[in-house]
Amino acid sequence: MSDKSKYSNLWKEIKKNRECYYMLFPFLLLFTVFTIVPVVMSLPMGFTDFNMAETPKFVGISNYASLFLSDRVFIKSIRVTLVFAFFTGPLSYVLCFLLAWLINELPRRLRTVFTLIFYIPSMSGVYTVWQLIFSGDINGYLNSILIDLGVITSPIQWLTDGRYILGVTIVVQLWISLGAGFLAIRAGFQNIDRSLYEAGAVEGISNRWQELIYIVIPSIAPQLMFAAVMQIVSSFTAGTVAQNLVGFPSTDYKAHTIMTHAYDYGWVRFEMGYAAAICMILFIAMFLCNKLIGKVLGKYNN
Amino acid sequence: MSGKTDVKKIKATSGQAGKKHGGTAAIFVFLLAVGIFMLFPIYLTLVMSVKPVEELFVFPPKLYTLRPTLDNFSDMFRDLHSNRVPFSRYVANSITVTLTVTLLQCITGSMAAFVLAKCRFPGSKAINSIIVVSLLYQSNVIYIMQYIVMAKLHLIDNPLALILPSVASPMTLFLMRQSISQMPDSVIDAAKVDGAGLFRICWQIVIPNQKPALMTLIIFAFQGAWNIQSGAFVFQEQYKTLPTVVSQAAASGMAKAGVAMAAAVFMLVPPVVIFMLAQRQVIETMANSGIKE
Repeated sequence: MSDKSKYSNLWKEIKKNRECYYMLFPFLLLFTVFTIVPVVMSLPMGFTDFNMAETPKFVGISNYASLFLSDRVFIKSIRVTLVFAFFTGPLSYVLCFLLAWLINELPRRLRTVFTLIFYIPSMSGVYTVWQLIFSGDINGYLNSILIDLGVITSPIQWLTDGRYILGVTIVVQLWISLGAGFLAIRAGFQNIDRSLYEAGAVEGISNRWQELIYIVIPSIAPQLMFAAVMQIVSSFTAGTVAQNLVGFPSTDYKAHTIMTHAYDYGWVRFEMGYAAAICMILFIAMFLCNKLIGKVLGKYNN
Repeated sequence: MSGKTDVKKIKATSGQAGKKHGGTAAIFVFLLAVGIFMLFPIYLTLVMSVKPVEELFVFPPKLYTLRPTLDNFSDMFRDLHSNRVPFSRYVANSITVTLTVTLLQCITGSMAAFVLAKCRFPGSKAINSIIVVSLLYQSNVIYIMQYIVMAKLHLIDNPLALILPSVASPMTLFLMRQSISQMPDSVIDAAKVDGAGLFRICWQIVIPNQKPALMTLIIFAFQGAWNIQSGAFVFQEQYKTLPTVVSQAAASGMAKAGVAMAAAVFMLVPPVVIFMLAQRQVIETMANSGIKE
């Protein structure tokens, strides 16, 4: 068996299936140009100095070196992203799961209503209303309520006081975080075979907790994996909400995420090489996080 | 022996039923509390959008209005414009972008999903796993890098710059693929025996049977496209989309709060209505959304 016949076999296979490639082509073309190329390109781009006007100049690892060694705002942004991701990632994930679980215990009509209510905030940019709620003057809703109740005497600058802005953006991000992942888990619950519960009862499963570990999680592990991906994406790449809410740059960089940092270098300073290096770090972090969750859920997934 | 288990079972179920009633009420109360938190800002948006201007600066701010007005909505059409580009132009742009993206996503996504779900050919496995990984790398993570690609293709400041990057969505493709792979192969094999090509099988047999998945694809495509910001991809005012002017209005403070909230309502209604109409199909499709390693 020579390489030649292997290749000619492969070629035959390709020719036999050419209709498949034709049908795949339109999607694959756009997917390659607008998703694969940008992701892959950021690796070599990260080793260059590139300002969009001149040709990229190779600078070795200096972008990465200055990111970790001299860019104090970046180091700060890692901390902000981790705090942010911790609250909006795992917390929101558990919330998705808990709410989906509880919804599933209700009659059908109520299920529909609650699913809609929880899903609405993620649908569009309605979070602008939070600007009015957290507005720093006495006309802000939260301030006026707190003053009314006598909790505070003068208005709090929720959106500009360094002590509060990260908390504020986390609340808003949590509010919009019940998206596609939530729907997936919710659908997963609905599709659990009811007979599994009965079988479980016969085999000695006596409480909700055991039911959860031995029946529910294994049944919906694939949906949980999908939801995890969605949650990783939204918590690691958050930045837009914070920028619109607390301004850019935020006071003392308190809500400055890695994504905001990339935005800063990409759009404001046009240092694309540096921005690419920041994106690459984010890509790798997301990939590793995904693999980790895959490992954990993989125990149930077969 | 069997009698014993039966008795046990009945006991167990009746016990659970009793517990369940109390449990359901508690669950309902809990969900209601979370629901109020989720809905309150939406409610506030609605109230603010119909508040007369003079009530905006009353202290303390009221959570309702007794004299609702549609002034903010007419002001929205009058005020949200710039350089001779009227509000209706932004609306028209957003509608065009949304419909085009949704339609193209349906066509390219359905075909690709069908092929990836039902055909084995050199490269199919690799493509499938790339799609799953790329679920991580959507929209704003790759926005900056997309900009460089677009600049190379001379697409910046071209209306196509708002459409093309959103067409090939790994998420909707993935959902469609999962749904199609639930279909029995025998249906497709039978059609092959009858001499139908893959293209015909896809559009005449498979897709017409995938209405829930198609509906889901449409909803996610619509939501994504409806929220596309002009951002850095287009600069000319005449090509900009609705979300861009809406966020500009929101940024201009309390004086324009009523108009900004009217605009937010305007943005929110279409996706909510569509989701309400199709929730059942979406849940049905999402049940197949699982990622198996």
